[in-house]
Amino acid sequence: MQLSTITDNLDVYLEGFVGTLELTALGALGSLVLGTVLATMRVSPVPSLRAGATVYVEILRNCPLPVLAVLLAFGLPKLGEPIRSFSFFTWAVLALALYHAAFVCEALRSGVNSVSTGQGEAARSLGLTFGQTMSLVVLPQAFRTVVPPLGNILIALTKNSAVAATIDVTDITNQTEFVINDTVDPLAALAGAAFFYLLLTLPTGLLVGKLERRTAFSR
Amino acid sequence: MTAVASYGDPLGPRGRRRALVASVLGALVLLGLLAFAIGKFASAGQLAGERWEELLSADGARAFGRGLKATLKAAAMAIALSVGVGTVMALGRLSHRRVIRGLAGTYVQLFRALPSLLLILFGFFGLPALGIDVSKYWALVIGLTLYNSAIFAEVIRAGVLSLPRGQAEAAYAVGMTRGQVQRLVVLPQAVSRMLPSLVAQGVVVLKDTSYGFVIGYEELLRTGQFAGESTASLLQAYLIVAIGYIAVCFSLSQVAKWLEGRQARRYGKSAVAVPGVEDLAVAQR
Repeated sequence: MQLSTITDNLDVYLEGFVGTLELTALGALGSLVLGTVLATMRVSPVPSLRAGATVYVEILRNCPLPVLAVLLAFGLPKLGEPIRSFSFFTWAVLALALYHAAFVCEALRSGVNSVSTGQGEAARSLGLTFGQTMSLVVLPQAFRTVVPPLGNILIALTKNSAVAATIDVTDITNQTEFVINDTVDPLAALAGAAFFYLLLTLPTGLLVGKLERRTAFSR
Repeated sequence: MTAVASYGDPLGPRGRRRALVASVLGALVLLGLLAFAIGKFASAGQLAGERWEELLSADGARAFGRGLKATLKAAAMAIALSVGVGTVMALGRLSHRRVIRGLAGTYVQLFRALPSLLLILFGFFGLPALGIDVSKYWALVIGLTLYNSAIFAEVIRAGVLSLPRGQAEAAYAVGMTRGQVQRLVVLPQAVSRMLPSLVAQGVVVLKDTSYGFVIGYEELLRTGQFAGESTASLLQAYLIVAIGYIAVCFSLSQVAKWLEGRQARRYGKSAVAVPGVEDLAVAQR
């Protein structure tokens, strides 16, 4: 185990680091958008949309991420054009977004549900409309409960982006496999990868912990 | 029933009619999407009988059965070891000795911050480099254990901290030693309280065993890959794998959900609520 294994391959790791950042950012964006749509469907008074979103959430969060990634990247291209020409990077982002959207949906939904119905009733008895009740009373309170879980999902997403390595997309884990093969010094190579992951997950974890304490309040 | 309905006035006749129309339209759109997907499969010839026949034959089913068994075997061992190591680490974090607290804290903070795939690769490449030769099975189990024991430690610690102080105080008052208090009074209650979270984290372990295919452990996903490649129907094989995993994980998730409901009835809602401790197992409230 030699330190030079890491320092000599710094450019290799950095390339992977950028890949992980891109995957995480795009995956987070996609899952936030899709998750919000799903959460809206799940709390809407429209039975068919509620059922559709429920089925989506139950399927996606019980499907292992590697299975989803492999199914998308190697299975779906068999359906022919235009799906066949998607890059593996696109599939990795899609897998991350589709998978985490289910968790984002649940976090948002339980946030809205955590605001007690008395709050809404009080707002209505003051004569606020449905829109005012939601935007002035319910959502601001829901937001406080939703921030920490969303932060935890972001951390999980960062770690889960390693799934990209299973479909050969450039990220920290994938680059580490190159370094292992190249240097025959797996311990140092893995330590290097761990360092770069900690660089991402530890600060996010501290930030989420801080937010959790700041937004915590008793009901 | 729905939370939002209570924030507005209950739907009147017109609102109900509108919801019905929206529901029918929504159903049409969702079914349309489904029909489009099935049409896409059909036009690409992916629904043809011969693409499924071999996979679903007796031999094919036996192969998938073997894969599923290997998956369950690795998951069961990883869960058992993770709970064991996790309990030790949780007690370590609650220890009154600063050194032990620090060591256990470092272990937990380090391993929960790393991807489980990386830790599985450590089991596969790292352990042999340390002179410890392990089979693929143990490489996978050790990798999963390193990651999940850290999460289980946090879950159990949260359970211990959620107990009323009086429990431990009463145990000390009747003359129990520190070890007895933890072993006989605190831990059993903490584990029983956190049972829903523990089962939910078990689902995560089960899902993560599919990373075993990266190191060539023949669990369900790897089996599917072989079967798909040898019969030239990769898409079908992966679909079967996905359905298999989803069926098993969904069943276990339902157990967690049922336990959660039971806890809520037994101890009141607040007793169960330590959300966000388990890894991505968002509580279903």
